[in-house]
Amino acid sequence: MNSFYPWLILLAPFASATVITLFTLRWKSLSCAISITAVLISFCCSCLVLAQSATTAPEFVWLDVPPIFRVPFGLTLDQLSRTMAVLVSGVGALIHIYSLGYMRDDEGKSRYFAALSLFMFAMLGIVFANNFVMLFIFWELVGFTSYVLIGHWFFRDAAADAANKAFITTRIGDFGFMTGILMIWMTTGSVVFAEIAPRMAMFGGHTTFVAIVALLIFCGAVGKSAQFPLHVWLPDAMEGPTPVSALIHAATMVAAGVYMLVRVAFIIQASQTALLIVAWIGTITAVMAALIATQQDDIKRILAYSTLSQLGYMVMAVGLASNEAAMFHLFTHAFFKALLFLAAGSVIVMLHHEQNIWNMGGLRRRLPITFVTFAAGALALIGCPPFSGFFSKDAILAVDYEHNLPIFVLALFGAFLTAFYVMRMLVIVFFNNPRSDSARESRESPPVMTIPLIVLAIFATLGGFAFFALKLPAEKGAVLFVPVIEIAVLILGAGLAIRLYRGRATEPVKIELLRRKFYFDEFYGWLIYWTQEFLARVAAFIDRWIIDAGAVGGTSRGTWGIGAVLRLIQVGNLQAYAFLFGLGVIALIYIAVIR
Amino acid sequence: MITLGDYLVVSAVLFTIGFAGVMLRRNLIIILMSLELMLNAANLSLVAFSRFRVGVNGLPEYNAEVFVFFVITVAAAEVAVGLALLVALYRARQTTDVADITSLKF
Repeated sequence: MNSFYPWLILLAPFASATVITLFTLRWKSLSCAISITAVLISFCCSCLVLAQSATTAPEFVWLDVPPIFRVPFGLTLDQLSRTMAVLVSGVGALIHIYSLGYMRDDEGKSRYFAALSLFMFAMLGIVFANNFVMLFIFWELVGFTSYVLIGHWFFRDAAADAANKAFITTRIGDFGFMTGILMIWMTTGSVVFAEIAPRMAMFGGHTTFVAIVALLIFCGAVGKSAQFPLHVWLPDAMEGPTPVSALIHAATMVAAGVYMLVRVAFIIQASQTALLIVAWIGTITAVMAALIATQQDDIKRILAYSTLSQLGYMVMAVGLASNEAAMFHLFTHAFFKALLFLAAGSVIVMLHHEQNIWNMGGLRRRLPITFVTFAAGALALIGCPPFSGFFSKDAILAVDYEHNLPIFVLALFGAFLTAFYVMRMLVIVFFNNPRSDSARESRESPPVMTIPLIVLAIFATLGGFAFFALKLPAEKGAVLFVPVIEIAVLILGAGLAIRLYRGRATEPVKIELLRRKFYFDEFYGWLIYWTQEFLARVAAFIDRWIIDAGAVGGTSRGTWGIGAVLRLIQVGNLQAYAFLFGLGVIALIYIAVIR
Repeated sequence: MITLGDYLVVSAVLFTIGFAGVMLRRNLIIILMSLELMLNAANLSLVAFSRFRVGVNGLPEYNAEVFVFFVITVAAAEVAVGLALLVALYRARQTTDVADITSLKF
């Protein structure tokens, strides 16, 4: 059935962004209404499309250079993209509503909602793209909206810097991504996913080449999904408004890298080397980010590192060729991490923009709804049964156990750390005694903020039962062993955190290496400084000695020298001139006649 | 019988005298006159070539003679300009000696 609904999913947020930017910037409430209507239309259409599995969408050719290059503008409507669209628009809709409360008194509300709508358009574009060019354009567009939203409070230097950092860091990955796309197009002559898949044989068994292409494509995901070594932008991106952190930097955009990998899994899986590297990058990110998270003091940064860590798990699953497990974790993570961020946002805004967990404490009585929902998200994150995170993390761990034991051990260690830092945060923020005036006098958030929390909490709690509907490939022998050891590790981590942090008012263990995030920022600062210094010196050398001294100075000195020689001839004697003139004539005649 | 060679010898002698005059004399007027002498030496050889080379229908080759007219015209113009410059120079410097005119020397 050919219908226009799928296009409407994309066009509604786009129309909203256009209308707000062009016409209604001045009327803030109207802008909010337009944006929320648009995202709700998107959500309804996504549900319709999900329900009618036979839907197809009209497609048109966007670029056509006959035999070599053809870019259609069409939508992929398979199970994967339809479910993902419901997730994106659903979480997006809740966060739009939540933003009404969070951004209530913001001056740039219209701008914020316009960017949010543009983001929905771009993100859904990524979900539905049926070819690399379209994917890449939307990919860049989400990067741009992410930049705009991180820098929403651009008058704060930290926010402006974080926006630049996010944009520039992801650009490094995107450059690799683009190179990979070009290599695929060069080899197979097509950019459409459905056409590339049957043409993979055209790589002709050059395993190294396939591995390079796969890893270049993976580069895009490394940048966008903030994997090691390009993970540094995500924690800084927390300078943006909290709903943005929830939507873009936890639930959807950063997951786009994983989604893209699953979408083009046939390329990644064509090379065993690439798969192994992908899996290890994911593992390194998962463990490293979890380690850093254990020592952070800013509630949003803890959540950001936790996002990194969970994205690492997803990438790990992709690297072990288990797309179902990766996507399952992506779905559950989107709910519980959006929930955690929104709950954290509720805490932050009720404590007058206080983000340091050591200035909170005892909030379970003052913010009961926030506490309950946050706890639900936290339990889902650490993988406590029967919350959703348990099932998805279990699926990934089972895959690890079956395919790669070292990765399994590291993943378990990551799960232990997750339990530890989540419990640490929960204990410090919601239990213990209040440690500041604002924590003592805080009140529960308005319903416009708590209702999205409750809805998300329901999904975060029950979302795992989709596990039984989802037919994961049966794991041999891992069925009982893995969940048991997982729960043991979980209890260990959580117990340790509770024991260590109960009743504490300051950090009892300080590990400088982890507090300073393994010195990544310092290292990159140093690296960039010296790269730039080196390039600058080379450029200065070329400028000073080759251009200035050689080209410019050489011309001047050459002219001057020739002049100095020639003026020796200017003797001021008319007859000498005439004589030289005669010699010249004779020379010319000699050249013309004799030679 | 006067041959082409005789004319060319006379022409060469005239040209050499003119060249020597240009090279050696100091008076600008004499130098100008020597220049004219060189031009006329060239004219003489051109006319001689014209006379001794027979073209179509047994007539002389006239191209060279036409060329001589050009040379005479150019020489007349040159003398006019040259003498005018000379007068102007004399008014400015009160001299016609090339040894005194060294302003263009570095």
